[in-house]
Amino acid sequence: MSALELLLQQLINAVSIGSLYALMAIGLAMVFGILRLINFAHGDLIMVGSYVALLVMMLGLPFAVAAVAGLAASTLAGLAMERVAYRPLRGAHEIAMLLTSFSVTIFLENLAIILFRPTSRPFPAPSVLRSVIILGKLQVAGLDLIAIAVAALLLVALTVFVRSTNVGIAMRAASQDLLAARLMGINVNRVVAAAFAIGSLLAGVVGLLWSARVGKVDPLMGFNPVLKAFVASVIGGLGSLPGAVLGAYVLGGLEILLQGLLPSTLTPYRDAFVFTALIALLLLRPNGILGGTEREKI
Amino acid sequence: MLKLEAVEVAYGHIVALTGVSLRVLDGELVALLGANGAGKSTTLMSISGIVRPRGGTLEYNGADLSRASPLDIVGLGVIQCPEGRRIFGGLTVLENLRMGAIRRRDAGAVRRDLDWVLSLFPVLGQRRHQSGATLSGGEQQMLAMARALMGSPRLLLLDEPSLGLAPIVVQAIFQVIGELHRRGVTILLVEQNVRQALAVADRGYVLATGRVILEGSGARLLSHPELEQAYLSAAPGDRR
Ligand SMILES: Nc1ncnc2c1ncn2[C@@H]1O[C@H](COP(=O)(O)OP(=O)(O)O)[C@@H](O)[C@H]1O
Ligand SMILES: [Mg+2]
Repeated sequence: MSALELLLQQLINAVSIGSLYALMAIGLAMVFGILRLINFAHGDLIMVGSYVALLVMMLGLPFAVAAVAGLAASTLAGLAMERVAYRPLRGAHEIAMLLTSFSVTIFLENLAIILFRPTSRPFPAPSVLRSVIILGKLQVAGLDLIAIAVAALLLVALTVFVRSTNVGIAMRAASQDLLAARLMGINVNRVVAAAFAIGSLLAGVVGLLWSARVGKVDPLMGFNPVLKAFVASVIGGLGSLPGAVLGAYVLGGLEILLQGLLPSTLTPYRDAFVFTALIALLLLRPNGILGGTEREKI
Repeated sequence: MLKLEAVEVAYGHIVALTGVSLRVLDGELVALLGANGAGKSTTLMSISGIVRPRGGTLEYNGADLSRASPLDIVGLGVIQCPEGRRIFGGLTVLENLRMGAIRRRDAGAVRRDLDWVLSLFPVLGQRRHQSGATLSGGEQQMLAMARALMGSPRLLLLDEPSLGLAPIVVQAIFQVIGELHRRGVTILLVEQNVRQALAVADRGYVLATGRVILEGSGARLLSHPELEQAYLSAAPGDRR
């Protein structure tokens, strides 16, 4: 493989993993922007959607049906989470909200362990998703290209949504000044529910792509992605949607770069290097790459 | 008619209003005056349903505001333009104005109101695609007022619209307030700029330490020696 081909191969890897992080980070950033809540349970929506998709496939239904069911399950679970766990805490201290999100995570993960056992189960994705495309000397996983294309499509749709629909603009308004939003008659409950619904749907998409990629599901599968999404949104500037997306691709690139550059004895510690880089960045730019100055919140 | 009767508000241990009673009749422009910390903003926030009074009654045209949500209160046509402008800095001027009209379903009237507010504040038309954060202080205040007007207020609550602005901008703001009054919009105007406020107002109330200490016509208030004192008196402490 020539240097150029190697670069291209790694670039595809980086953009593909960055795309998954981006879809996750958007959900975190949308909710954080409005409520100042870091919803760690966001990762478990990946797990909920994947398990529901798996169950539907086990019933003998086609993958497309399973995928739709999985996406619906993630979305409904996210909406239920907001309604049951977070809405009663509206206006509570940020620490109380954070602790609640840990409780929701623990609840959902243990529920999954009880229902489906702690071990992983195979996730039989259709063979098209597991195809490998050979381009000259490049080997590109079909799933990588699908992830990149799906994320690009969803990001465009999301941009149109937050720029030109009433609910989308209201979402941005509420994340800038919640009090002013209420005084203007913006229905904050509806905006928050929309943020959860969209973020959860995107988590469902990540769940399908991720499960198809690794070929299995397990009750704790949401932990790593939500951590990475959190890091990505901190890199970009917590609460900023463009920041979350940018941070996700930066993180994906950084991971692939370190994977390639680190001597093989150190690659198991790749994440330690990633977090070191994160700390360095936060020392230089405490609010992330696109994060502005701290805003007053009520 | 807006009617507040013995409204009491506390923030934890800090008592902000110890019993505010006031009335605003339809079509009136009423000034609400008083020193910093007297409770003017708290009065407006309790009318808007943002803070809940622990005593007293708030009514607007017979509706009980103390039970209504901020959303319902906006629905009644009671719209507040808050202290400190609080425009959406990351939204464009047009997006800010669109948010002001978000609960309205009468698209045709919304379009007419947009033309109207842009004629009241022509500079906003020139800046329509600029983000709110890039406007000057005076332009932001105009945007805040225009955004409130996009809600088609029957009762407009204005909290210190002239605060920190250059005299020429203050003139422009007061001119618009007078114009709104002539058009029949009912206005409750909170101001530190006493003389200018009383010049346009039909009547005024003076708050000190969370209660009304004076009320009456502009001329009566201006001639009253206690008015000066009200501005020198201290903010309420944490009395229970
Ligand atoms: N959110 C709050 N928390 C605690 N105390 C407050 C809060 N808002 C206002 N206060 C207090 O209530 C009193 C009245 O404040 P405010 O209504 O803002 O007065 P004004 O608008 O007349 O300057 C002041 O003593 C102020 O410190
Ligand atoms: Mg005030």
